[in-house]
Amino acid sequence: MEKYSIEGTPKTPSISFDLESGVLEVKGRSIPENSIEFYKPLVDALDKYASSAKPVTTVNVQLEYFNTSSSKCILDVFKKLEGINKAGSAVTINWHYEEDDEDMLEAGEDYQAIINVPFKMIMINE
Amino acid sequence: MDIYDIYDKMERNNILLSFKGEITSELLTSILQIMENKMDNLQEEPKMKKKVYNVLVECLQNLYHHMDEVAEKEENEKNSSAIFTIGKSGEKYNIITGNYILNENIGGLKKRLDEVNSLNKEELKEYYKKVLNNGEMSLKGGGGLGMIDIARKTGEKLEYNFLEIDNKVSFFTLNIKVSNQQN
Repeated sequence: MEKYSIEGTPKTPSISFDLESGVLEVKGRSIPENSIEFYKPLVDALDKYASSAKPVTTVNVQLEYFNTSSSKCILDVFKKLEGINKAGSAVTINWHYEEDDEDMLEAGEDYQAIINVPFKMIMINE
Repeated sequence: MDIYDIYDKMERNNILLSFKGEITSELLTSILQIMENKMDNLQEEPKMKKKVYNVLVECLQNLYHHMDEVAEKEENEKNSSAIFTIGKSGEKYNIITGNYILNENIGGLKKRLDEVNSLNKEELKEYYKKVLNNGEMSLKGGGGLGMIDIARKTGEKLEYNFLEIDNKVSFFTLNIKVSNQQN
């Protein structure tokens, strides 16, 4: 099995998706002008993973900033995970936010309200 | 052109950064970097810094995504440039953007802005989730999420103006204030 990973840039997050262990990590900033183009490979990788998903899938999202263009793509990623969860792999989304970042906590809660997958809100102390 | 006049106006309006011209992806990367450094130097609280940065990203990417609309249709190169200023007076940041818009598109944009301005904090949250979940994916940004997000994060009404240039285009101005207090 393989691992899908890309390095972060000032405008895009680092992504690491270990299809063997079922752990997906998204970290950094997500503010590209064209988010669809950036997130397509991840959405494709999730499609591939869906057919042979592990019993447990863990998703760690730790974003410092994300723009509204990314917010749609992140929702798409979460919808894929919702499908994977429904198909039998126990998915958990760990949404990290910094202690003083109420906007980021609220953004996580917005997704939690839309997506039918267990979310954990995790506060990071700076 | 009187350059001192421009300098004086910028000084009196506490402008930190101003730009007029074509908005490119590389330019936005640089501007965001400069503003981050400036806010670090001003020892801005992390919370305020994040809010300003987020709102700035949405404002500037709006310009980036919509700048070409007029130029494409009118085949007029001058119209593919935009302007923005970022200022700080007291504890408030002020982001003002200006760009050309086709007169035929004013109605739709005005309707969206007025809709956002009519909503309170809770309603904005619900509206955001609705548009996020049901809205069309668009190559041009978040398909209307930007303005809702700016209003949510600033807790202020979106101040705007359309200045008619001729029978085809107008100049659209958006004036955003970011402060630490939340409504």
